[in-house]
Amino acid sequence: MTEIRVPTLGESVTEATVATWFKKPGDSVAIDEMLCELETDKVTVEVPSTVSGVLSEIVAHEGETVGLDAILGIISEGDIQPTENNNNDQKISSISNDKIQISNDTKDFENAPSAKKLMNENKINEKNVVGTGRDGRVMKEDVLAVLNSESSTNRSENQLTDQIQEDEVDTSKHQERIKMSRLRMTIAKRLKEAQNTAAMLTTYNEVDMSSVMKIRSKFKEVFEKKHNVKLGFMSFFVKACCHALNEVPEVNAQIDEDHLVFNRFVNMGVAVGTPTGLVVPVIKNADKMSFAEVEKSISNLGKKARDGKLSMDDMKGGTFTISNGGVYGSLMSSPILNYPQSGILGMHKIQERPIAIDGNVVIKPMMYLALSYDHRIVDGKGAVTFLVRVKEMLEDPHRLLMDV
Amino acid sequence: MSDYDVIVVGSGPGGYVCAIRCAQLGLKTACIEGKDTLGGTCLNIGCIPSKALLHASELFEESNHNFSKLGIETGKMNVNWSKMLEYKNDIVNQNTKGIEFLFKKNKIDLINGWASIKEPGLLIVNNQKFKSKSIIIATGSEPSQLKGIKVDEKTIVSSTGALSLTKIPKKLIIVGAGVIGLELGSVYSRLGTDVTVLEYLEEITPGLDKETAKMFRRILSKQGIKFILGAGVQATKKLGDRLIVEYSLRNDKKREELDTDIILVATGRKPFTDGLNLKKVGIELNQFGQILTDENLKTNIDGIYAIGDVTSGPMLAHKAEDEGIALAEMLAGQSGHVNYDIIPSVIYTSPEVASVGKTEEQLKKENKSYNVGKFSFMGNGRAKACLSADGYAKILSDKTTDRILGGHIIGPSAGDLIHEICVAMEFGASAEDLARTCHAHPTFSEAVREAALACGDGAIHS
Repeated sequence: MTEIRVPTLGESVTEATVATWFKKPGDSVAIDEMLCELETDKVTVEVPSTVSGVLSEIVAHEGETVGLDAILGIISEGDIQPTENNNNDQKISSISNDKIQISNDTKDFENAPSAKKLMNENKINEKNVVGTGRDGRVMKEDVLAVLNSESSTNRSENQLTDQIQEDEVDTSKHQERIKMSRLRMTIAKRLKEAQNTAAMLTTYNEVDMSSVMKIRSKFKEVFEKKHNVKLGFMSFFVKACCHALNEVPEVNAQIDEDHLVFNRFVNMGVAVGTPTGLVVPVIKNADKMSFAEVEKSISNLGKKARDGKLSMDDMKGGTFTISNGGVYGSLMSSPILNYPQSGILGMHKIQERPIAIDGNVVIKPMMYLALSYDHRIVDGKGAVTFLVRVKEMLEDPHRLLMDV
Repeated sequence: MSDYDVIVVGSGPGGYVCAIRCAQLGLKTACIEGKDTLGGTCLNIGCIPSKALLHASELFEESNHNFSKLGIETGKMNVNWSKMLEYKNDIVNQNTKGIEFLFKKNKIDLINGWASIKEPGLLIVNNQKFKSKSIIIATGSEPSQLKGIKVDEKTIVSSTGALSLTKIPKKLIIVGAGVIGLELGSVYSRLGTDVTVLEYLEEITPGLDKETAKMFRRILSKQGIKFILGAGVQATKKLGDRLIVEYSLRNDKKREELDTDIILVATGRKPFTDGLNLKKVGIELNQFGQILTDENLKTNIDGIYAIGDVTSGPMLAHKAEDEGIALAEMLAGQSGHVNYDIIPSVIYTSPEVASVGKTEEQLKKENKSYNVGKFSFMGNGRAKACLSADGYAKILSDKTTDRILGGHIIGPSAGDLIHEICVAMEFGASAEDLARTCHAHPTFSEAVREAALACGDGAIHS
């Protein structure tokens, strides 16, 4: 018997949620074969089997929170069960049902007696309470937290008529309650933290993308041939931001208690949407990179993000962030800071619009830019200057070359 | 005629606690007691007076045997028996008065008299009718009789008489090596009585963890109590001044006789339901005369409930109390619950014996694999300093999950030490959880922690 335990998850990460089990109890597993996937605040981690054998028991089920070194499952070594080819489905399911029953019993502790009483009285299912006690025990305060959140919703409902309340009860049948994933909870926490802490403000501008598009189409093929990576828009924005950050260093700074910390390098966070939520991998020392290096870096991190394979290191240490809502068609938005960073650039959809140039109305591919910044560090002048610099460099990319 | 939400019949630890909790939760409550004083067996003729005598006799024993070792020279110590009984009675008085005060404070009506249930919702006391939505039977238990022995509470006594003997007997024979017999046997043995315990089974304190029971018997034997095990008492007879107990050993049918001054019959207790009119009302009892209740402590008749010794389960004051509280909460619309798997039991001898959860015998029977962590008080500095290093703390934990399944302590303050194991068990804690909890030094409780450590990588001081 070998216990499969939660592996080291990375610096300052102490718990994870079991996301998916790839194996059922009774399944045979080879050494190093992936057993299950854990979700932490930042990354998903696959857990391989350390031995070959049969998964005899799942101790931590999907959705459960596990601490470092907690037992995930148990593998009995060696005796790989003979699987008959003519096994019918029913047989398999009955076996796995038995096993699951056994493993349910292996949560070998009790919730606090006071918590049990409260859950009973308020008809709260243990599954809907996040246990903060040792090994995930549900404590009285955990149940009270659920009750409090419920009663605050009830308060507003009190004013509704009985009829509406009945309807509410009815709609609940058409609702689905899903426990928040760890990633989603972290996103929620971090966004709110940013809003609660920073003096957040957004300045807008717009950029004529003609030049960038022209250069891009001109060098597209040769660039890809030489560097083995596509030339996208992002490298222009990253480089433009690096230059602008150099000119307006407070946008690349952060507050640490009563100190201002100015970063003499640019670690550029690039927000990436993944099926499970938003992650922000970081291009380290982006200011020292060539266009090709930036593109490679983005492509590499983006792939990792979509596959859920980003490591803690990939996401640490950002000093500024670019968020591209344009890929989803957003025309204009105010991004929320990636705290403790003090600036975030919002990119948007490129849209052909009539604009006035030299007294003539012409149609240009335009993009709105937004810079949200922490007004505690960055003054209006700095923020506007930064955004104007970005605009100028994108409208005339020669400036990137000349660094003016 | 009054209307109540709840009337509790009996003011023992189950009844009075239930009544107080009912009142606290806003129910209009009354309690019926037939005796002159409140508190039932526990306070009047059970737990409390026996603990008073145990305390007094233990100090006497200590002064005779250990004081000189400690360098305290007192000369010969004497017992003033009537003074000792006076002290005991005073303690009982203070306690029963305390409950009267608590009843007044919580506005509980006390109805004096013996109750009879007329029908659900209606009780008769002294020909007076009392109506109540709920009736709670908490009438407790009384000593059970043994065939062939007639208790007169003078020379042949139950625990009741044994608490008020007119003088300290020279010889005392105790029938039954259960908790009550051994506690009272200890009292008189310490006061100089020649005590012999006759037990029908092959080991004392049936139900206790075997290893612990055996060690307990050895310690008591060392203290001077004689045990005759496997002895079935046949009869008693009086020949002039002589009182004789006839018994035969189970494995050889030969009759034996023992001379004694006093016989204490301590073979157990049975539910007390006299005069309650249970039969007419149709309340179901089991074969032992205990009232049958469901998981909500309700009898088969709606509106009638039962708690404590009068129902099934261990006859322990704290079990009754917990049922009383749980029932009060249920009647007030809350969710009440008693965890019958985690009820500690304590024998207040010296050393004390305390246990909770499963014994090794039970685990073996259930085919459960378990770890045993045991730590002797010999390795506990505090116990040695107190000259009370007899005994051990033992923790049984699940072999795979390390969850604590039982705890058995024999040693100083075992009755108090057991509760950290109880709390741990309520949370389904592992032995390691307990071992990882910091324990103050030097305390007896370190032995419990060491026992928990012994379930894992090993105790430090052994």
